[in-house]
Amino acid sequence: MHRWRSVATLVLVCSGACFAALGPQPVLRGEDLQTTDNQIGRYGGTLIVAQRSEPKTLNPVIAADAPSREVIGRLTADLIHINRASQQTEPALAKSWGISKDGRIFTIKLRHGLRFSDGQPFNADDVVFSFQVYLDEKVHSSQRDLLVVGGKPIEVQKIDQYMVRFTLSQPYAAAERIFDSLAMMPRHLLEKPYKEGQFAQVWALTTSPAEMAGMGPFRMKEYVPGQKIVLERNPYYWKADQSKNRLPYLDELAFLFVGNEDAQVIRFQAGETDIISRLSADNYALLSKDAASRGTAFFDLGPSLEYDFLVFNLNDLKKDTDNIAAKQAWFREVKFRQAVSSAIDRDSIVKLVYAGHGAALWGNVSPSNKQWVDQVLPHPPRSLERARELLKSAGFAWRADGALLDRQGKVVEFSIITSTSNAQRTKMATLIQDDLSKLGMNVHVVPLEFRAVLDRVFQTYDYEASIMALGGGDADPNPEMNVWLSSGGTHLWHLGESTPATHWEAQIDQLMQKQMVQLKYKERKHLYDQVQETVAANVPFIFLATPDVLVGATRTLGNFKPAILDPNTLWNVEQLYFLPGNGTPAGGKP
Amino acid sequence: MRNKPRIVAALILLLSLHAAILLAKFVTPYDPAVQNRDFPFAPPTRIHFVDSRGHVHLRPFVYQWKARPDTFNEYDEARDKSYPVRFFIQGPEHKLAGLLRSHVHLFGVEDPAQIFLAGTDAYGRDQFSRILYGGQVSLAAGLLATVISLFLGLVVGCISGFYGRWIDDSAMRLVELFLVLPWLYFLLAVRSFLPLHISPTQTFFLLVTVIGTIGWARPARLVRGIVLSAKSRNYVIASRGFGASDYYMLRRHVLPHTYGILLTQAALLVPQYVVAEVTLSFLGLGLSEPAPSWGNLLANLQQYNVLVSYWWMFAPALALVIVSLGYLQMANAVQELQSGSI
Repeated sequence: MHRWRSVATLVLVCSGACFAALGPQPVLRGEDLQTTDNQIGRYGGTLIVAQRSEPKTLNPVIAADAPSREVIGRLTADLIHINRASQQTEPALAKSWGISKDGRIFTIKLRHGLRFSDGQPFNADDVVFSFQVYLDEKVHSSQRDLLVVGGKPIEVQKIDQYMVRFTLSQPYAAAERIFDSLAMMPRHLLEKPYKEGQFAQVWALTTSPAEMAGMGPFRMKEYVPGQKIVLERNPYYWKADQSKNRLPYLDELAFLFVGNEDAQVIRFQAGETDIISRLSADNYALLSKDAASRGTAFFDLGPSLEYDFLVFNLNDLKKDTDNIAAKQAWFREVKFRQAVSSAIDRDSIVKLVYAGHGAALWGNVSPSNKQWVDQVLPHPPRSLERARELLKSAGFAWRADGALLDRQGKVVEFSIITSTSNAQRTKMATLIQDDLSKLGMNVHVVPLEFRAVLDRVFQTYDYEASIMALGGGDADPNPEMNVWLSSGGTHLWHLGESTPATHWEAQIDQLMQKQMVQLKYKERKHLYDQVQETVAANVPFIFLATPDVLVGATRTLGNFKPAILDPNTLWNVEQLYFLPGNGTPAGGKP
Repeated sequence: MRNKPRIVAALILLLSLHAAILLAKFVTPYDPAVQNRDFPFAPPTRIHFVDSRGHVHLRPFVYQWKARPDTFNEYDEARDKSYPVRFFIQGPEHKLAGLLRSHVHLFGVEDPAQIFLAGTDAYGRDQFSRILYGGQVSLAAGLLATVISLFLGLVVGCISGFYGRWIDDSAMRLVELFLVLPWLYFLLAVRSFLPLHISPTQTFFLLVTVIGTIGWARPARLVRGIVLSAKSRNYVIASRGFGASDYYMLRRHVLPHTYGILLTQAALLVPQYVVAEVTLSFLGLGLSEPAPSWGNLLANLQQYNVLVSYWWMFAPALALVIVSLGYLQMANAVQELQSGSI
């Protein structure tokens, strides 16, 4: 009898391995699943979504591009997770965590009995291994910077099989947020290549699915170059609904590679994809018109956390750019920047570029980031008079034909570079061109290929002004450190400052450093408000607007709860399911 | 003979279009760069003769567009007040033909109403004005580039046909090289070598030069053929016998034979070069905002939502079609004239 049972198990295991598609596995005793509070769904179906471009890799440590991270996010899981809807941290692979009184020691308790998508157990060794890789300078992980607090890497120590201790060199505000999106990796598969110094090569797109395993709701099934990536259910996933059904509900998740937004819109209209994210306002308006008859629903989630801005080149120039150097005398004049800011008609940008689905901005924090936005930050309305006064007091004058002249009698003329792939930013530039022509400035709009824009802004400094966008990752101020610290890698207007170039940049440096180690929300908020006010007063960026997050989905999708944080639509993919028949409207407010 | 009315019609259409484009400053009601931010993507203003009470007016009138609340770029006519269309109306100052200061525009309506004969674009700019102003750029580019091509073609063709031997051989191999060039890719490559930030005038002349110098090969070959046949005629050989110089023979006996072919080529090349300019601008390699050209105007259609939502954005294409058909009709006419069928 006993022997027969083991033969049966063997057959089962074999068929599982041979046919790969495995149903959700029964919950084992001692397996500490997380229970979700979503509506109970039905198993089955393939969800199809579109991506702008192919992921470059599925290696969670070296992936830096958005498409790669979007797929990897579905294949892997983190210890502590930021809930995209509530924007608060919640336990994930960690069942709970504790912080010492001085804010320096984190003790994380792992869930018991969890398994990777290949059925192998997950425990503290995998956590320690993962952090070892992230912190290894030779691997060049993009997340390493986050894990270096006060100049020292976080220390990771295994206490027992299900407990890990993290020691920080100094207190760090909202430290639990750094665990978000740090994928836990299987030691049993990756330790060998890591030790051989081959880590950067593991988990390429062409790697056999059998050599990959993660803690995410899905696991790799198939990659068709130039067409799609198909993921299948992770049968051992560690979340279950209230009826103890192991998630995810979907059998498969497919990412199609669809070149541009317009092509995505056409695919979505044709019913070839189920979800469409990051719609432009024009396409949102177009698609919403016949949404009811096509069985789709669209959602305006309110302003995103992204901020669009105009930035002037204040960099220390390399040689051969004398014509730019001459113009920097204007750009460095704070009154010039204030005048430009005052002349820009932000309401028109929201109206014409975002078709009203957006919000005008005067600071870097979006109005939808309620926890951190400075409520008393001034929102001066557009005023050409004020702009003219500012220019006059800075020594500018006007020629008889209305052209603006500087102190030396030179005509004020500059160009704004934007990316050709982003029609909206080119539109903003055209509106600004018209706004500034009313001040007598001669502005040119130069659309360039996206890579060329990045190259000029980050490498050669061969530009005068540019329109770009930042933010959108997290609501917390810490990811913004890179932008506002004078030594930061995204300190766009003046990169590579060894010491702060101006007194106000020094002031921002101090405030940002202070808020990073301040553990109390109220004090931290006060510090960050001061940062926002200093930035707004000195206008290194001329903030323009933030677009609303606009998404759409077929009405047959259950538990669809888009959020303003990335990934807007797939963050709860394990809970998504297809409703029977025509379905009722998906969640959210249409 | 039987084609005559058609040719006359084409000629009149072409001439009036060219005149309108040349006098764009007078014919158009608005400056092509002025943005009406309250009227993005407004459809063409409707011209009425019958008012809401059923009265017929001799003078056409328009209603103002009013944005429909809570919609995206949808408009209704505000029927409460009508605005008659006025001719020779005072408007923004312009310099007619670059000399005469004037405030007079061919037609218009009084403020606050506006007349958009071909609707507006994403910034609320009058599309009709932009088409005519854009025509100046596109047509001038086509005509100038044609002149360059024909001049080069004439020079190379004459020399090659007249002197023959190794000059002919090398010139004709060069012609073949230019004929097999995939010109669109070549243009893209040339444009990418040029500096990014150059003034609209510079861009314009660069475009013209590039387009013009690429297209000389075909006319050169045709001219060479004519020259070859002309120079072997008896009276040409005789004139050489009387001691005529090369220059005299070319001018007096050979060149007159090429005029017909040059005219036909011109009529064929102009529309082709207008389209070349449109193609380059469509791909973002032409003039930059806010200067209009037909290619720039048509580039709006690259966005899917514009393509399917706003039919009046196709209007520049109509102008392009008219110009192309007109010129092709002219080419036919010239050819028929030569063969004596008219």
